Amino acid sequence: MKQSEFLKTVMPFKDKVFRVAKRLLVSTEEAEDATQELLFKLWRNKEKLKEYKSIEAFAMTMTKNYCFDRLKSKQASNLKLVHSNYKENNTSLDRQVELNDSVSKVHELIENLPEQQKLIIQLRDIEEYEFDEIAKMLNLKPTAIRVTLSRARKTIREQLLKQHKYGIS
Amino acid sequence: MELANIEKLLEKYENAETTIAEEKELKNYFSNGSVAPHLEGYQAIFGYFSTSKNERYTKTIQLNSQKKSWKWLTVAASVVLLVSVYNGYENIQQRKAERVYAETIDALELLSTNLNKGNVAIAQLQRFEDTTNKIFKQPKK
Repeated sequence: MKQSEFLKTVMPFKDKVFRVAKRLLVSTEEAEDATQELLFKLWRNKEKLKEYKSIEAFAMTMTKNYCFDRLKSKQASNLKLVHSNYKENNTSLDRQVELNDSVSKVHELIENLPEQQKLIIQLRDIEEYEFDEIAKMLNLKPTAIRVTLSRARKTIREQLLKQHKYGIS
Repeated sequence: MELANIEKLLEKYENAETTIAEEKELKNYFSNGSVAPHLEGYQAIFGYFSTSKNERYTKTIQLNSQKKSWKWLTVAASVVLLVSVYNGYENIQQRKAERVYAETIDALELLSTNLNKGNVAIAQLQRFEDTTNKIFKQPKK
């Protein structure tokens, strides 16, 4: 596989890798590093890529594993990822988010979900993958994914409405 | 789309039973300005999903590893190490040679001063002999 050919296969999903990494690792810099690292890993194993039916799904699995590893090593070294440690400045998303306070609230609510729920919300609601695709990526049963997803969606809605009511009263 | 329909979809959505197409319908509905007041909370959720999808990885993808340059660096470092060790060795050899040379010079100097002492003594003896010759061997003439 040549470099140009590789880039052509990677291009369509590099943003997805980045967004998933950012969802899990929180900071943009970390996510950028992770994306770079993962794409480089894929490039190094380019000969093996042909064996996979969907390189994209494979890349997502790698992303998930990589990010979970990073998080684990962070916890081991007592470096807790706290949202306030990573103040975003001037990303386009942030500016859009500031426009609507309750939208940024959603961001925060997703942030506080357990890792697995966060990941599934990202893959389904933002990246819009089918359930069996997600099942393959995460090596889980589609039903298990539905359960987790439903739980996450309900939590987000409940929390948001609760805050909405507090805001009014 | 009818409100009742949306509400039904929302319920399905929360039970994770909607298809991608149905979820897209929901996203479309909530991205429009006119949303029923009691559903406004959902607008933030679906709005957030839509904006999140626009985030891009903007850095250039680097496929030439940094690790390769490390490899070259190690080669360079080992070469430097070898050269410096060799130079150091040479230096030590040279210094050793210089020391031996200096010691030899010292020894030779010692020898020569002692020889000179002997020479002085011999010169005195010569004078003594000359004087004796003056006294005793003149009658031969």
